[in-house]
Amino acid sequence: MRYLPQTPDSRAMMLKAIGVGSIDELFDDVPARVLNAPIEGLPDHMSEMAVERHFRKLAADNLSPSTAPCFIGGGAYHHHIPATVDHLIQRSEFLTSYTPYQPEIAQGTLQYLFEFQTQVALLTGMEVANASMYDGATACGEAVLMAHRVNKRRRTVLSGGLHPHYRDATLNLTRFTDFETVALEAAPGAEEDLAGAIDDDTAAVVVQNPDVYGQLRDLGPLAEACRAKGALLIVAVAEVVSLGAVTPPGDMGADIVVAEGQSLGVPLSFGGPHVGLFACRRKFVRQMPGRLAGETVDVDGRRSYVLTLNAREQHIRREKATSNICTNSGLCALAFCIHATLLGESGMTALADLNHRTAAAAAEALSAIDGVGLKTDVFFNEFTLELPKPAGPVVEALAEKGVLGGIPGSRLWPGDESRARLLIVAATETVTEEDIASFRDALKEALA
Amino acid sequence: MTEAKQTISGARGLDRDEPLIFEQDARGRSGVDLPEGPKAASRLGGLKRKGPIGLPGLSEPQVVRHFVRLSRMNYAIDYGFYPLGSCTMKHNPRLNEKVARLGGLGDLHPMQPVSTVQGGLRLMHELAHWLTTLTGMPAVALSPGAGAHGELCGLMAIRAAFDAKGESRSRVLVPESAHGTNPATAAMCGYAVDAIPADESGRVDMKAFEEKLGDDVAGVMLTNPNTCGLFETDIVEIAEKIHAVGGYFYCDGANFNAIVGKVRPGDLGIDAMHINLHKTFSTPHGGGGPGSGPVVFSEALAPYAPLPMVVEKDGAFELVEHDGGQRVGRMKGFHGQFGMFVRALAYMMSHGRDGLKQVAEDAVLNANYVLAGLKDVLPPAYAGHCMHEALFSDKGLNGSGVDTMGLAKALIDEGYHPMTVYFPLVVHGAMLIEPTETENRGTLDEFIRVMRGLVEKAKAGETEMFEQAPVLTPRRRLDETRAARNPVLRWQPEEAAAEAAD
Repeated sequence: MRYLPQTPDSRAMMLKAIGVGSIDELFDDVPARVLNAPIEGLPDHMSEMAVERHFRKLAADNLSPSTAPCFIGGGAYHHHIPATVDHLIQRSEFLTSYTPYQPEIAQGTLQYLFEFQTQVALLTGMEVANASMYDGATACGEAVLMAHRVNKRRRTVLSGGLHPHYRDATLNLTRFTDFETVALEAAPGAEEDLAGAIDDDTAAVVVQNPDVYGQLRDLGPLAEACRAKGALLIVAVAEVVSLGAVTPPGDMGADIVVAEGQSLGVPLSFGGPHVGLFACRRKFVRQMPGRLAGETVDVDGRRSYVLTLNAREQHIRREKATSNICTNSGLCALAFCIHATLLGESGMTALADLNHRTAAAAAEALSAIDGVGLKTDVFFNEFTLELPKPAGPVVEALAEKGVLGGIPGSRLWPGDESRARLLIVAATETVTEEDIASFRDALKEALA
Repeated sequence: MTEAKQTISGARGLDRDEPLIFEQDARGRSGVDLPEGPKAASRLGGLKRKGPIGLPGLSEPQVVRHFVRLSRMNYAIDYGFYPLGSCTMKHNPRLNEKVARLGGLGDLHPMQPVSTVQGGLRLMHELAHWLTTLTGMPAVALSPGAGAHGELCGLMAIRAAFDAKGESRSRVLVPESAHGTNPATAAMCGYAVDAIPADESGRVDMKAFEEKLGDDVAGVMLTNPNTCGLFETDIVEIAEKIHAVGGYFYCDGANFNAIVGKVRPGDLGIDAMHINLHKTFSTPHGGGGPGSGPVVFSEALAPYAPLPMVVEKDGAFELVEHDGGQRVGRMKGFHGQFGMFVRALAYMMSHGRDGLKQVAEDAVLNANYVLAGLKDVLPPAYAGHCMHEALFSDKGLNGSGVDTMGLAKALIDEGYHPMTVYFPLVVHGAMLIEPTETENRGTLDEFIRVMRGLVEKAKAGETEMFEQAPVLTPRRRLDETRAARNPVLRWQPEEAAAEAAD
């Protein structure tokens, strides 16, 4: 038991100092009939070597996107993470530190959160950002709750292009409020009448860009329609690298922007932990959920950082708080911040451009296959194909050939026959021209 | 205190101020080289970004130095003792980090075909087995992203159960001493929060609790061991009484580390409990997260547990993501904090069933040792033994002119992260100390010596050092009022900053 420093002697000496004869005397408030209940079916402690071996075996049972051509996106993207990122986030002073409630000895964390907030605001084109949320989907739900706090209206309209997981997490987070939520249906590339769905009781419209099919939209007209009716426009961005190439939501008139930040610095990790980004217009800042780092000075007048506007939070406001959230994704926010810093202005735009060109080349190669149609005409690094047969079994056949070939419609919309032949394909900078060729050949075979 | 020597650079030896990345900018510089990639025509339509983003450009060595310098301004568990009550800052084994980064675990995509992620699903299944076995509860939802998110999941299951029965209830009972997340969570599920006071022993006042019971009560949210560091002795009776009025028993499992391997919460009559994997199972705090908050459920609430869920069928693992029914909806974008699952499971296997019992025993032993070592100079808030954390009031400082915060800040100059202060709210000037099981006796003896020395200085009237503290840190006390009154939440280019100030 290598992590436990006490010895039988030290334990005996300490029990004596406390003035008890046995450890169970310290558990004397526990009802005797439930104390030391036998725990069946679990092994005793193992050596470091044995534990590592177990995990290596589990890892070997998976097909890893680092070793296979990977074309899966859908809200989580396989990007290259520079070695520096993981090295720096593993520094003890970041990895094993606590929430920065004692700012004098947490300036490192507070300064990077301030830098992170600035990066998020710049990328999204918004005025302020918070110090991160759990992930993009939950941030989306929190944005809807926030919109209701801002304008006290009852209705929310969700675009049909919103990722179904974002939609479900949002509906779940708001299910016990008295709000009404309208979720539209949209086929890939089809126009939906979001502006027409806004009425005088609409608190917010939620739209994803690029949407779940990969389609990009000009949200300017929708923003105007929202403004005319007093509704807020919430824009969700599932692929944050897109902001290096695409007009940011802030420039198109968004009031709140939520995003998944996993693409920068954070590994896929089978879906978590990821990092939710949350940005808004400055005038709404006191209605924002989550943590905020702010600049101030210490008693010597030196520039310093501190968690601020705490009066919104659960530890002060209890049941009247803006949300029950008590943590952020601090370490993932750090990874995002380091990766974005490494990239810088020129690296970020170059990465986005490379993603886009790779995806465009993949779309061209795949849609040239007989019977395969491209359903998204304007996209960033993800697009939707329509196959001549159901995409689920095709993806399984591709996996057998060692290609991770996108997300079948049946995975996102189970039971929906109209979308069963859709295949949503993403290509990032990790995809090579050989990978595209492998995918094309495997797909041809699978469709033959 | 001697004045620090003035240097030309403004640095104090290894201590130096680090400018923001935005102040180290050279446009065109980058710390990343990218491959050429294919040539292809743009498909961005009219949506191509027009203006610059405004990100600074730094080279790789600049970036490394920047973040290493920032790191030196942080306290961390790998540096020293963190007696933070209710937060459980224990050793973070590096084996956990190593296995979480194995190719084949760290980079799995959540939407891969399930045939290609059998190892990942098996891992989730194994973690679920450990959690249900240790708690004696039949079902678990792994997906909540943090402890507070787990609370929300548990309360949603309670609300979903009433909705399924067509029953509407309005109140949730929450002790005054509870974490702020408890009342915030109950409110998010549409319940009014009714506070239960503590009795003179620091536990739920049973008389007040019984008076508040009624058929409009959806449930009780109780932390056990509670935030005063005490086991709720009447917990079985509380479970029986809430069940008798048709309500459910939610347990905040933040302090499961005090009883893991010793007591199964399922034996106490609990219906739902979240487990902060970082607290009990050592996944690192990371300066504020990520956390992970799986929730275990009783038979009564299991049908309402949210998906996804991993099931084993004929030796293969399936991921159930949809089944209709009356379950709580999706809690998070994907399957939960898988990276934390890996770390927590590695910790569980390293300790095993026998070692986890030892974890609880050593955590409780260490806390009581600190209690015994300080109780003659700092009065404990309540009589008797404590569980894994010891709670003191500021009575021992009465008349000295030194308050809890002064003592906390003086500890920083002594090389310690302060204990938890002013919480729980039910104790005046509260100081909550949690050593955890990974501290040795020598560390505790030294901490006790320092604490006693500080109390002596306070009582001797040396108040100025407490008012000034900390003085040996990268920054001294901060102007938090200024930060809140005039929030500066991002860097701005100088012209823009000047305009904003106008």
